Amino acid sequence: MELREIISTGNDLAAEAAVDAGCMFFGGYPITPSSEVMHTISDLLPEVGGTCIQMEDEIAGIAAAVGAGMAGVRTMTATSGPGVSLKAENLGLAQMAEVPLVLVNVMRGGPSTGLPTRVSQGDVRQARNPSHGDYRSITLCAGNLAECYTETVRAFNLADRFMQPVIVLLDETIGHMHGKAMIPTVEEVKKGIVPRKVFTGAPEDYRPYGVGDDEAAVLNPMFQGYRYHFTGLHHDGKGFPTEEIETCRKLIQRLEDKVMMHTDELELNEEYMCDDLEENDVLIIAYGSVSLAAKESIRHLRAAGIKAGLFRPITLWPSPATRIKHFTDKVKNVLCVELNIRQYTEEVERVASRLDIHGLYKVNGRAISPYEIVNKVKEII
Amino acid sequence: MAFNYDQYLRLEKMPTLWCWGCGDGVILKAVIRAIETCGWDQNEVCVVSGIGCSGRFSSYVDFNTVHTTHGRTVAFATGIKLAFPDKKVICVAGDGDALAIGGNHTIHACRRNIDIKFIVINNFIYGLTNSQTSPTTPQGMWTVSQKSGNIDPTFDACNLAIASGASFVARETMLDPKKLEKVLVKGFQHNGFAFFDIMSNCHINLGRKNKMASAMENLAWIDSITTPLKKWQALSDEEKMNKFPTGVLKHDENAKEYCDMYKDVQAYHQGKRKAITQDDFAKKI
Repeated sequence: MELREIISTGNDLAAEAAVDAGCMFFGGYPITPSSEVMHTISDLLPEVGGTCIQMEDEIAGIAAAVGAGMAGVRTMTATSGPGVSLKAENLGLAQMAEVPLVLVNVMRGGPSTGLPTRVSQGDVRQARNPSHGDYRSITLCAGNLAECYTETVRAFNLADRFMQPVIVLLDETIGHMHGKAMIPTVEEVKKGIVPRKVFTGAPEDYRPYGVGDDEAAVLNPMFQGYRYHFTGLHHDGKGFPTEEIETCRKLIQRLEDKVMMHTDELELNEEYMCDDLEENDVLIIAYGSVSLAAKESIRHLRAAGIKAGLFRPITLWPSPATRIKHFTDKVKNVLCVELNIRQYTEEVERVASRLDIHGLYKVNGRAISPYEIVNKVKEII
Repeated sequence: MAFNYDQYLRLEKMPTLWCWGCGDGVILKAVIRAIETCGWDQNEVCVVSGIGCSGRFSSYVDFNTVHTTHGRTVAFATGIKLAFPDKKVICVAGDGDALAIGGNHTIHACRRNIDIKFIVINNFIYGLTNSQTSPTTPQGMWTVSQKSGNIDPTFDACNLAIASGASFVARETMLDPKKLEKVLVKGFQHNGFAFFDIMSNCHINLGRKNKMASAMENLAWIDSITTPLKKWQALSDEEKMNKFPTGVLKHDENAKEYCDMYKDVQAYHQGKRKAITQDDFAKKI
């Protein structure tokens, strides 16, 4: 893949990526530490004929974005934890009505107003199920500057593939990090765009939600002669409200299966110095900005004769269960490092079927330093 | 020749879930007639509704239709309109939708003056969920959540819209469908935000405990609390308090429309994005 060098910040790169990926609408509301995404995209979208609107609140921000998605354009919103809490209901509507959308969440300290200007990974559990009901959230997590760009691009393509919101988690450290990144050229991004499926037959034969048991809805853009209905109610193949027992069951089961039967299309991990790990070595599991500290700690540990490696899920939800199990079966000492309390550790415990996973957690709004990880590893081995 | 509604209806969805004698059907017919009068193509129109009895409006009409979350109709519609500014977007909301849970969105949509037609079906009660107080429930009336009588002051939806800067504000009742249609056409043809407070009956859930258990009694009450704007202006201040003026209350044809203004934003930004090249990078370091 052809790459280019760029000096930028994580938040700016997310905005650049959106526009390069064909995003034409942004609905948002200012919130620290994600506001720069809106600042930048408000410059970029009008130039390509798109629209960026600062709405009256977080709820309206996502509502406008979902509306544009229903109308048929690629669409995005960006926010932080308190904003996701407010947006949750309309994220649920987008899940139910199968409207593609990219939501960038630049995580800050929580709960509630928390630590607005400080780093945290406290929204990882929230990202799994932001709103009520059964569905599978797709959540990607950028672990370095370049991924703020590439993961946002991937999110747009996945949203159109799976016809549902895709959450991109950045954290305050990554979002505000300023530095050099190697990112794909715009041409590469354009080449990789996979737009949503459309139905081209006769309008009377069109059944937007009448798809296979593990398939995503096929939603044509509005105003093109295929007049159908969006609703958050349980609906039939044509999108109209129904309470018919089997139809309702099949709909919710399909929302589950369209993701869980195709996790191979979603999974993306980084395995850093994991190839030579043996039973008595150390496996560190970390994601987001923490993984940068983890990598440095591994270099220190290896220099000191302790063999350690990093497993970094980039797609956080659904979790890379098979791969985590592969490593946790092989390596005795497993350490999860997170800027929250056990939010992903619990998932690792679940898929590994182990309750002896070690953890290093920090919830004071400060980043974890490589030395803290080194010390923790020395403590557990 | 009789008007042919069938072309605009999803006949397989009939009958509606609205109660017998409900005014929503009259409003639905008036909206369809107004759309036909404006000559809008069915494929060019999007109807967005919220939650409640009025929320079902969108599933009965054969346009591009969206049934959204409670109170957020106009926010969703804003996204649809801005994505396709040359298309027609109509919002249908209830009084709870537009004035309680969605009040903030109503205010700002009015203020932006975006070309959305916002129809509030105002039946003074939360009808679908069994008679809870709405912002427009008259003081003193029985509701299931205020059984000794509503103590909350009654909201005037049009005053809110005018104060928020909507460029077209009208109030009508479903008592006179012909007049309603005329006002709708006027608002639909206006380039900007059009706000309609359309008073309708809910004899089932407002009327039955407030001494107007039939549709006719409920309608007679609506008639008694409304009066055409011209007559209303001649009333004394005290009499004005007890009556809602009907007709077009505000029509500012010169107000700038939001999508038009955004075109200027798009023009301003042309050619502003700097393509970052390898050379720029070299210069920076």
